[in-house]
Amino acid sequence: MSLKTWKELPIGCVVSDPGSASEYHTGSWRSQRPTWDNAKCIKCGICYIYCPEGCVQQTEDGFFQADLDYCKGCGICAHECWPRAIKMEEE
Amino acid sequence: MGKRIGMEVAIAVAEAVGLCDIDMAAVYPITPQSHIAEHLSDLVANGEIDAEFVTVESEHSAMSAVIGASGAGARAFTATSSQGLMLMHELLPIASAMRLPICMAIANRAVSGPLNILNDHTDIMPQRDCGWIALFVENGQEAIDLSIQAFKIAEHKDVMLPVCVNIDGFQLTHMVEPFEMPSKEEVDKFLPPFVPHATLHPAKPVTMGAFAMSDYFTEIMKAKDEALKSSKKVILEVWDEWAKLFGRSYKPVETYKADDADVLMLTMGSMGETAQMAIDELRAKGVKAGLVKLRMWRPFPFEEIKAAIKNAKKLIVTDRAITFGGPGGPVFAEIKSAMCTETQRPLIYNYIYGLGGRDVPVGDFVGMFEKVLADTENKAVGTYEFWGVRE
Amino acid sequence: MSIVENFDLFAPRLINRKELLSSGHRACSGCGEVLAVRLMCKALGENTVIAAATGCMEIISSMFPTTAWRVPWIHVAFENTAAVASGVEAGLKALRRKGKIDDRYVKVVGMAGDGGTMDIGMQALSGAMERGHDMIFVCFDNEAYMNTGIQRSSGTPMGASTTTAPAGKVSSGQKTWKKNMAEIMVAHGIPYVATVCPSYPLDFIRKMEKAKSIKGPSYIHCFSMCPTGWRSPSHTAISMGRLAVETGVFPLFEVEDGHYRVSPDMPKKLRPIRDYFKPQGRFRHLKDDEIDKIQERVNIEYKKLTEKAKFLKTGN
Repeated sequence: MSLKTWKELPIGCVVSDPGSASEYHTGSWRSQRPTWDNAKCIKCGICYIYCPEGCVQQTEDGFFQADLDYCKGCGICAHECWPRAIKMEEE
Repeated sequence: MGKRIGMEVAIAVAEAVGLCDIDMAAVYPITPQSHIAEHLSDLVANGEIDAEFVTVESEHSAMSAVIGASGAGARAFTATSSQGLMLMHELLPIASAMRLPICMAIANRAVSGPLNILNDHTDIMPQRDCGWIALFVENGQEAIDLSIQAFKIAEHKDVMLPVCVNIDGFQLTHMVEPFEMPSKEEVDKFLPPFVPHATLHPAKPVTMGAFAMSDYFTEIMKAKDEALKSSKKVILEVWDEWAKLFGRSYKPVETYKADDADVLMLTMGSMGETAQMAIDELRAKGVKAGLVKLRMWRPFPFEEIKAAIKNAKKLIVTDRAITFGGPGGPVFAEIKSAMCTETQRPLIYNYIYGLGGRDVPVGDFVGMFEKVLADTENKAVGTYEFWGVRE
Repeated sequence: MSIVENFDLFAPRLINRKELLSSGHRACSGCGEVLAVRLMCKALGENTVIAAATGCMEIISSMFPTTAWRVPWIHVAFENTAAVASGVEAGLKALRRKGKIDDRYVKVVGMAGDGGTMDIGMQALSGAMERGHDMIFVCFDNEAYMNTGIQRSSGTPMGASTTTAPAGKVSSGQKTWKKNMAEIMVAHGIPYVATVCPSYPLDFIRKMEKAKSIKGPSYIHCFSMCPTGWRSPSHTAISMGRLAVETGVFPLFEVEDGHYRVSPDMPKKLRPIRDYFKPQGRFRHLKDDEIDKIQERVNIEYKKLTEKAKFLKTGN
């Protein structure tokens, strides 16, 4: 992405592209990743609720997965998963 | 048609702002600004204007609240003075960087310490580099006119910058003067509805005041500088239109008997009227004296200033503030820097005067001229002096 | 296990699925504060305008020319967030009344950290609350100036080691008791004050929704765990919040029109504060007698709260 010149800046530097921070992929910060064992998953959604990145998504069949473009590997989901369906694995 | 009335200037400023369909005002009381706040709240309380009057707990919050309101798309006004302006200082460059067309009346007053409630320009001068359009007025009529023009200038799509109108505290704000107050219809015709460049509304979510690092900061500063410089064109257009509609014309630099003058004086604000009387007195004695009045402080009118002073032999720049330990008065510093590359330029002197409300009668202005004319060896050229200081 | 019982209801179905704070924000891994902000946005929904103070949440979400926000958002400075929010509220109110914008109800929210609320932002907040603006102010309290490098604030708890109140040979870290901001807000006589913790998302969301429904000023004090500043692993934000609540260090309660209600999430019997202190590096230096002194204070404060809830309960 090329940097804007002063003439190209929006007036007052207003950012009118909501959610555009998602261009930046924080997944590269990660040293470990969460993996789900769907046999243990009760689809409660705790992992979705407690994700600071908002990157845990529910799939069509009701299970969950992390968007690894953004997952920073904090491990909250694995730590809070009551049925212990999530494990953190080294990258 | 507007009508001729006699009224205290501060109250008239509030009346004038009241004609501008403001949506919101946030003002904190401070002498000598308070009459503006009081009268504006009267207008709201009586339903004469439909606006939110936010009785903030400080000037810092006054400026913060008008920034918020302006960001939301409201036409927002505030007024302050002295310490209040100093308290707002942190937010002034933010308002201009966000390109919010806030209008502010400043009842200029000396900055503490020691505490002093009377007039000089030590409050506005520290705000010089904040990116606001800064205009000065000489009398009540100008205070009214510029208070209305300020909204049109600020909100012009090619400007979108905050504007402050500087009105000398007490010496102007508390004078009862006769003037012509435009009618609501005339103001409605002159001032179009505010069309913001962006608004804080869920209909179209935007982020205002984002964080910028070294990769963008220089470009942002450049854009702001260009915006302020190019605002001059719009200001001149607005003044032309005003002259056509109301018959009163305004210029960045105004002159009085300056064309053939050997020695000129430069003033800003209400002192111009007294200085004008000194010019008449000197002219009667055969001295070719003239006056230059600087109305537009930011953006600084380089061309107009050069044109107004270049033919004089000597120029007395008067300042009602000082940059301590520096070149003298801030206006002096500006004029010197504006002229330093000119081959034809007057010898420039600087008097710092009228601090903390000290009276400057006509005789003092005459005295400044006489002192400068007596300096035949040009020893005091380029220096500054506290006029009337007890040694 | 109450948290799990709550989740028998399958939490995702109860919660706004829209992410109003996008991924790609630069918060530290495991940040409890950004999680709380995310949940706040979910609870308040799209018809919200946020005014944010300078601080972690501002820096990590608004890296020009991008933004993580999907709701209208403004940052002006550090100490003035409540004043900015009050101006947005006043502006929108006038514009709506005068027919210049959509006739829809928009909630204005001010958000700041503990420094931006309890220290430098206190005056603007007090003014905005006293004036009765229709707004919510949320303090995301991570108990120090984390954005500038973990310096102490008036929200830092007694005994915590920070970079400006460090534990040393003759010092045990923070020498003062944490400012009770929620009670200061209660003293303003505003319609609604609540404490929330993202470890209790249903309580959290219910209180945010309640604040949204109030016409007038509300204040929410949010426990915001900071793994970086508290020197605790990145997976501990939720468990630490639970411990803070279960030990009574951060009791969950709400005050509506002066009536107190302690959250049903509070345990019958508080756990010892040692359980909460032990996993955190910032408390590691504390000696037993120092912890006992803090325990005594926590007991007294919790007793005061439960007594108020008894005598100033809803309906009295």
